[in-house]
Amino acid sequence: MSSHDERLSAVKKDYLVNLAKKGKRLDGRGPDEYRPITIEKHLIKNAEGSAKVTIGNTMVMAGVKLDVGEPYPDTPEEGAMTTSAELPPIASPTFETGPPREDAIELARVVDRGIRESKFIKLDQLCITPGEEVWIVFIDLHVLDYDGNLFDACSLAASAALQDAIIPGERLGKGENRPLPLGSPPISCTFAKYADFIVVDPRLEEDEVAEARHTIALDENGDLRAMQKGLTGSFTVEEIKNNIKRAQIHAKNIRKLLEE
Amino acid sequence: MLIKDGIRMDGRKPDELRPIKIEAGVLHRAQGSCYLEWGGNKVMAAVYGPREAIPRHIQHPLKAVINARYNMVPFSVSDRKRPGPDRRSVEISKVTSEALEHVVFTGLFPRTMIDVCIEVLGAEAGTRCAGLTAAAVALADAGIPMRDLPVACAAGKIDGTVVLDLAGDEDCEGEADMPIAIAPRTEEILLMQMDGHMTYQEFEEALELALKGCREVSKLQKEALLRKYETKNEVAP
Repeated sequence: MSSHDERLSAVKKDYLVNLAKKGKRLDGRGPDEYRPITIEKHLIKNAEGSAKVTIGNTMVMAGVKLDVGEPYPDTPEEGAMTTSAELPPIASPTFETGPPREDAIELARVVDRGIRESKFIKLDQLCITPGEEVWIVFIDLHVLDYDGNLFDACSLAASAALQDAIIPGERLGKGENRPLPLGSPPISCTFAKYADFIVVDPRLEEDEVAEARHTIALDENGDLRAMQKGLTGSFTVEEIKNNIKRAQIHAKNIRKLLEE
Repeated sequence: MLIKDGIRMDGRKPDELRPIKIEAGVLHRAQGSCYLEWGGNKVMAAVYGPREAIPRHIQHPLKAVINARYNMVPFSVSDRKRPGPDRRSVEISKVTSEALEHVVFTGLFPRTMIDVCIEVLGAEAGTRCAGLTAAAVALADAGIPMRDLPVACAAGKIDGTVVLDLAGDEDCEGEADMPIAIAPRTEEILLMQMDGHMTYQEFEEALELALKGCREVSKLQKEALLRKYETKNEVAP
């Protein structure tokens, strides 16, 4: 980061902090308000499942592909899943081409943990021949427009694309096509903290000045399935507990959007 | 069955840590170092720097960059691990760097980087906590100015019981794992990850346990640092 960016970010931060003191955010939202969320499914013909999610101006496309592969030795009768994320240059002037770097890897792994730990994909129903052949589910997240809060946008896009996905039995000569067996999706809620102000669904400027980030993935009972604290700042124990309680309320509302 | 009559498979009570041994200043070339054993985990950490940050584009005009690299050696796990960074170690390196950066007075060393090398020589669940705990001691041993000595510990859930410091099979077959790192003086949370399934009540219980674990390990870190200087005094003429 150049000194110019540094000054700009300091100015931006001052502005955001002054707003925060009045309990306000750049776009007039309260600290506990999400931007509008849209979910569109079934957009890409060649994908087994696909979805586009927007949260405010942030836009993420998720695609699901299935392939036949070998199971892991310790789970011979279960399918497998993998999640990858790309932050391509189309989405932001600060994104660069090349293999995924640590930001993209962290993002993909946090989304993956939410889906995996909530047992959203019923991997035990993805066995073809025990120990030999199972279905492998590939979730690919492609960020198209970066205006903050990629964690929630990617998690939501992944869940929506999975809901849209079929098992392509016919294409791969493994029986009839059928829907991907699913349980209940995880809902991810992300908070950003700057100057002791904690906001849900940080937009770009808030992401940029954030000192600490907390992502919480909840199941349909509001139980915790995955969490990640990120960035160099810290949270107090009380702040962490508070974030979880706030997330439990948001998750209920967001879950309705996925069920529509 | 991972827990029976309140006793775990390795004989521990739910709120008991595995045996931990910490030694500061064990390497010659590094500016600071630490060897740590935590149950079956064997971890070596070393610190180089502050030194000029290279490549130059990673330099920060106002502060030092903390560059922690968590690495598992190929023979540290039962199935050989392919050498080099995988996605898991990239993520752990990132969250560890971020946690350490919070306590280092990075503003004193603009345009530099402080390299923190964490080599997991033997692994048995909880390596990221062991690595971060060792890295903190190595940073102190290197004389890097810090506002606190970070410490990490995990709590989780096995057979429906919230327990401290998951080991071996508990990690593979347990229901939840939550590693945290704190700055012990203020008990701010510097690192927190969680996977598995916990209700909010179980989470609160696990957090309490993990904090208790951190406090215990924190004592051992400080003892290790003091011990290094005691030995030095003995050999001095």
